[in-house]
Amino acid sequence: MTGELGQLALCFALALSLVMAAGGLLGARPDESNNGAVLARGIAHGATMGMLVFVVLAFGTLTYAFVTSDFSIAVVANNSHTMKPLIYKISGVWGNHEGSMLLWVLVLSLYAGLVSSLGRGGPRLTSAALGVQGLLAAAFLLFILFTSNPFLRLDPAPFEGAGLNPLLQDPGLAIHPPMLYAGYVGLSAAFSYAAAALIVGEEGWTRAARPFMLIAWIALTCGIALGSWWAYYELGWGGFWFWDPVENASLMPWLVATALLHSALATEKSGAFRTWTLLLAIGGFSMSLIGTFLVRSGVLSSVHAFATDPTRGFFIMVLIACAIGGALGLFAWRAPSLKGGAAFDTQSRETMLLLNNVFLVAACASVFVGTLYPLALDALNGTKISVGPPYYAATFAPIFFALLLLVPLGPQLGWRRGDMKAALRMLAPALGVAALAALVVVMIASPRFLTGVCAFAVAGWLIGASVLTLIRRKSARASAFAAALAHAGLGVTLMGVAGTTLWRSEALTVLGPGETMTVGPYTLRFDGVTQELGPNYRASRAHIALMDGARVQTMLTPEQRIYPAEGQETANTAIRTTGFQDLYLALGDDRGGGRWTLRAYVSPLAPFIWLGALVMALGGVLSLWGRLRVRAALPAAVAQPAE
Amino acid sequence: MTPKKRRRLAFAAALIAAGGVLAAGIVYELGQNTQYFRSPSDIAANRTSPGIAFRLGGLVEQKSLRHGAGADVHFMVTDGKQTVPVEYNGVLPALFREGQGVVALGAMNGTGTFVATEVLAKHDEKYMPPEVVDALKRSGRWQESGGT
Repeated sequence: MTGELGQLALCFALALSLVMAAGGLLGARPDESNNGAVLARGIAHGATMGMLVFVVLAFGTLTYAFVTSDFSIAVVANNSHTMKPLIYKISGVWGNHEGSMLLWVLVLSLYAGLVSSLGRGGPRLTSAALGVQGLLAAAFLLFILFTSNPFLRLDPAPFEGAGLNPLLQDPGLAIHPPMLYAGYVGLSAAFSYAAAALIVGEEGWTRAARPFMLIAWIALTCGIALGSWWAYYELGWGGFWFWDPVENASLMPWLVATALLHSALATEKSGAFRTWTLLLAIGGFSMSLIGTFLVRSGVLSSVHAFATDPTRGFFIMVLIACAIGGALGLFAWRAPSLKGGAAFDTQSRETMLLLNNVFLVAACASVFVGTLYPLALDALNGTKISVGPPYYAATFAPIFFALLLLVPLGPQLGWRRGDMKAALRMLAPALGVAALAALVVVMIASPRFLTGVCAFAVAGWLIGASVLTLIRRKSARASAFAAALAHAGLGVTLMGVAGTTLWRSEALTVLGPGETMTVGPYTLRFDGVTQELGPNYRASRAHIALMDGARVQTMLTPEQRIYPAEGQETANTAIRTTGFQDLYLALGDDRGGGRWTLRAYVSPLAPFIWLGALVMALGGVLSLWGRLRVRAALPAAVAQPAE
Repeated sequence: MTPKKRRRLAFAAALIAAGGVLAAGIVYELGQNTQYFRSPSDIAANRTSPGIAFRLGGLVEQKSLRHGAGADVHFMVTDGKQTVPVEYNGVLPALFREGQGVVALGAMNGTGTFVATEVLAKHDEKYMPPEVVDALKRSGRWQESGGT
C-alpha cells in the first residue's frame, strides 16, 4: 500500500510542477487588467506548496518503507537489511540511485517553497523564477517516474534484503549527501532567478537571489568538507583529496558558485558585470547538473555511481542539454536588451572582483578539462587513461595560489574608485604576519619546502588581513566581518593542506604482540587483536597503545569489519587528533602467529583543512544573517522595489 | 578611440593572452600527466617502458599471493592470456582477493616486475572495474553473465 501511495504522490507532484511552470511563466507577464497574470501567479504559488507537500509525502513513504524493511519494494530489498541500525536504514534511503534522485527533487521542492514564501523580488520576477523551478522539478520528476522509480514492487517479496554497501554504513552518509544536494540544488534557485530576470528584464534579481546563493554556497562548502573528511578517515578512498572525478564534480560548482557570490555582489552594489553575473548563475547550476551526470550516470566507476542503466545516462544528458541550452538560448536572445554593466576605475573593488572571477573560472576550467578529457578520449577511440594529481598540482594549484594572493586587497578598495596605495598601507601589518609565518616555517619545519614556506606566507597574509578588518572596522557591517571570516577560513585550510601534503610521515610494519613501532614523534605498542561483534558485523579489533615513555597514554583500536549480510569487508581506521596533528592508524592483513600488518601516518595540521572550511561556512552564515536582519528591519515597500 | 574603449581593448587582449597561456599550460600538463591503462597482454607486447607510470588492470591470479619478509606483498595479475608479477609495499585494500579484479598504479622495473605504488580498492563484491572488464574482453575471457 505504501508503495502505491508514494507512486501516486509523485504523479500528483509532477502534475502540480507542470501547473507551477505554466502559472509561473504566465504570471511573469506585466499586470494589465483582466489578462490573468495575477491569478496565474496565485496558482503558481499554490502549486509550489502543493508540489512540496506531495514530494515530502513521497519521500516520507520511502523512508517509512526503509525503516519498516518493506522488502516488497525493490529499492528497499536491494539496499536494506533488517539487521541494519536505524540510522543507516534512514540514510540508506539516499544510499542508492532511486532514493538519491528523490532526495534531489525533495531539495528542489524545498527551495521552490522558499522562493515562493520568502522570495523578495518583484511579483513578476518571483513568478517567473517559480515557473523555471517548476520546469526543472517536472523534468526531474519525469526522470524519476520513467527511469528511476523508487516504488517499483518485487513479487514475490524476498524474506531478507541485500543490505547496504558497508562502506556507506557510516555517519557520513547521513549528512554528506543531503548537504551536498542542498548546495547543488540551491544553485537551481540562482539559475531560476537569472532565467526569470532574463524573461522579465528586471535588474534587481541579484538582491532577491542572494540568500539562495549564500545558502547554496554554505551547503556546498560544508558538503565538500564532509566528503573530504569522510574520504580521509575511510582507508582506500585516497585521503582528504585525490582529484577523483567525483570530487571534482563537486568542486566545479563550488568554484563557479564562489565566483557568482562575488560577481553578484558587484552587480548589486555598483551595477557592474550585469550580464556576466547572469551567465555565472546559469553556469553554476550547469556545473551541478554536469556533476550529477558524471556521478550518477555510471560513466565513472566509484562508490557514488549507483546507476549503470544507459537510459538513465541518456535521460540526464538530454535534461542537461535542454536546461543549459535553453538558458543559454534565453541569454543570447534577451541579454543584449538588458542594461550593460556600470563603469569602474582600474583601482577599485570591481577590478579585484573581476580578477577573482577570472582566476576562479580559469581554475574551474582546468578541473573541467582534467575531469572530462579521459571520458572524451575513451568515447572517441577507447583509449583508457587517467589524469592524476600532478596535473592539478601544475594547473589548478598555481591559479588558485595567485587568486589567494589578491584576496585581501578586494575588501580594502572602495566601489567604483579605490586607492591601492592606501589599501596596501592598511594591509602592511598583514604583510608582517606573512613574513613571520614564512620565518617560523623556515625555522621549525624539516625538511624545508619552498612551496610550504609560500603557502604559510599566503595563509599569514589572508588571516592577518582578516584580523585587521575585525580590529579596525569596529563599526563595520556584518558583510565586512563575513568576508573577513570566509577569507581567513581559506588561509586556515591552506595551512592544513600544505601541512598534510608536505610533512606527512608514514610507517608500515608487521608487528607481533608486545612489539613497538615509531612514527613521527609517537611510539606505538601492539597489544594484539580481539574478535568483536557489532550490530550487523564481526570485527577484528587491534589494540594499539600510544606510549608516553613506559606509560600507556591512550589506546587506539583500528579494526577490520566483516559484514555477513553483504559479504563484504571494510577497514575502519583509528585517528587520534591533538587539533594540530593527527595520528592515523589502519589495520592490515593477518600475517599468522598473531602478527598483523599495521600502517600509521602522522599528518601535521590535517584538522585545519576542515576547520578552515567550517570558518568559511560561518562567514557565509554571518553574511546571510546580516542580510535577513537588514531585511526584517526594512519596511516591505523598501525591501520589494517597485517594478 | 575613447579611453574607456582603449581600456576595454587592453582588458580583452590581456584576457585572451591569459586564456592562451592557460590553454597551453593545460594541454602541456595533460600530455605530461596522463596515465594509460594497460593489461598484462599490453605489457607482454612491449607497450610499456620501465619507469613510466601507468595503471595495470586484470584479475589477481589464484594462489599467487605471498607475503615478503616485511610488509611487502607479491602477487600475479592475469588477463587470462598473459600474467605479470606485481610487487607492493603497503596495506592491500580490504576487498583484495585472489581471483578478483584489481587495478594497481605503478610502473615496470627493469626486470619485468610491476612495482605498485597504490592498489585500488573495489567498492563491493559485485563491482568490477571497467578497465578490468575491458582487459578481459580484449583477451576473450569475459562472459557477460556474472563476469568470469
